[in-house]
Amino acid sequence: MTEFLAQVFSAEVWGYVLPATWQTVYMTAISTTITICFGLLFGILLYITDKDGLHPSPIFNKVFGAIINSVLSLPSMIVILLFLPLSKMIVGVSYGPKAFIVSLSIVCIPIFSRMVENSVLEVAKGKVEAAKAMGASNLDIIFKVILPEALPTLIRNFVVLTITLISITAIAGSFGAGGLGELAVRFGYNRYRSDILVAVIIVLLVVVECLQFFGAFISKKILKKRHLV
Amino acid sequence: MLSSYIEIKNVSKKFKNHNQEFDVLKDINLEIQKGDIFGIIGFSGAGKSTLIRCINRLETISSGTINLGNHEIDKFSKKEMNLYRQKIGMIFQHFNLFDSRTVYDNVAFPLEVSGKSKQEIKKRVIEILELVSISDKKDFYPGQLSVGQKQRVGIARALANNPCILLSDEATSALDPVTSLSVLDLLKDINKKLGITIILITHSLDVIKYTCNNMAVLEDGLIAENGSVRKIFAKPSSETAKVFIKNNSDLAKFDYLGGSYGI
Ligand SMILES: Nc1ncnc2c1ncn2[C@@H]1O[C@H](COP(=O)(O)OP(=O)(O)OP(=O)(O)O)[C@@H](O)[C@H]1O
Ligand SMILES: [Mg+2]
Repeated sequence: MTEFLAQVFSAEVWGYVLPATWQTVYMTAISTTITICFGLLFGILLYITDKDGLHPSPIFNKVFGAIINSVLSLPSMIVILLFLPLSKMIVGVSYGPKAFIVSLSIVCIPIFSRMVENSVLEVAKGKVEAAKAMGASNLDIIFKVILPEALPTLIRNFVVLTITLISITAIAGSFGAGGLGELAVRFGYNRYRSDILVAVIIVLLVVVECLQFFGAFISKKILKKRHLV
Repeated sequence: MLSSYIEIKNVSKKFKNHNQEFDVLKDINLEIQKGDIFGIIGFSGAGKSTLIRCINRLETISSGTINLGNHEIDKFSKKEMNLYRQKIGMIFQHFNLFDSRTVYDNVAFPLEVSGKSKQEIKKRVIEILELVSISDKKDFYPGQLSVGQKQRVGIARALANNPCILLSDEATSALDPVTSLSVLDLLKDINKKLGITIILITHSLDVIKYTCNNMAVLEDGLIAENGSVRKIFAKPSSETAKVFIKNNSDLAKFDYLGGSYGI
């Protein structure tokens, strides 16, 4: 047992694990950034074009919602494969972390869009109405009322998104994306290197715990500042 | 410049829920003079809130017209509508303050929206917080305020843009008698000082008696009667007004503090 643990923390194992961790962080960071931009945009579009929204546009809302749902309903593995050719067109390669950023973002954007939509829907209707009654434009309402009011919830959802993304990078790993997922498949599964598998699990657990901790911490801090908890 | 003379002509409002239609306002006709304090009273569900929400177009009317001076508000473009709303303050029953903003920033909101400079905003916010005597709480968040303090912030926010009309939906019903008296005094004061037309909804006859010159009684979406407060109190003709006045004097008998019950 101690021997195995020593093996898990050996320089040889971490010689594999550290570069793979870096690849995963790289993929996650860039995909998360892209997902946040589009997810915020799409989530708010869904919110304002709703029939009771700030700028009702029921047909657009239905069609757009249906597109988002259809991507959501496909298993992420299939979405990744489906969009690899698109990746190739945009970044020029179809293997390695870079190639999978596009696919990963496409998997996650619908998830985050719905998260954003749900978060902003939680903002009390009366607040939006008050802003309207003061003559605020829709842009003012979005940027000065809805987003700041929803911020603590958005941050919590953002953490869940990042954790989801990390687990999806692991799936992408089995298609040649690199990173911890690929390492786990190549060594842990194909070559029975359980020491590497355990090291990968340790890294994932630590990263996810830290994210969760910081997300909850910041969200709570904002709520405390506003005296809402 | 907008006139604060309000004319409501043949206004009706239907709500559609599923396949059913509800006539919430039926052929309302009202004139509210510039500088008046106008009270609206009526039972729950009579349509009071809906009526004043039509004045700043939080609700669109189904038929009829609402005019402010020479302007017909249904003819406004979206942009004109926003400019117009900046000149109508609204006080909400549930305050609707922004939890993400301090007292200062809540009151600054309407000024930011109307494109005022940082200095102008600062000057005005400090002035208006002084007026509602809540300056000492300017860096507090709404979560730290008592109900009465929140309502003051709501009033300050409604007044920040120097509105010519103030709509008040049960602004005092959540307050204790002393606090609500001070809020009513404040409303009377700004009406006198600034000449703002005030329309206020209330369930309390005492509030009407204390603050308003004219009033309307709303009964199931219809104006049951309207006119000067003095006249209606002396000789109520509608069922609603009679019930309100009777209950009010019944309560007053129990009120050994002397007539201020339920303000
Ligand atoms: N969005 C809506 N859809 C359908 N019906 C509505 C809607 N808003 C209000 N109503 C109905 O309109 C009627 C009048 O409502 P309103 O809120 O104007 O009453 P009110 O006189 O302000 O009552 P209260 O004193 O309880 O505040 C009620 O029967 C209510 O159910
Ligand atoms: Mg009401």
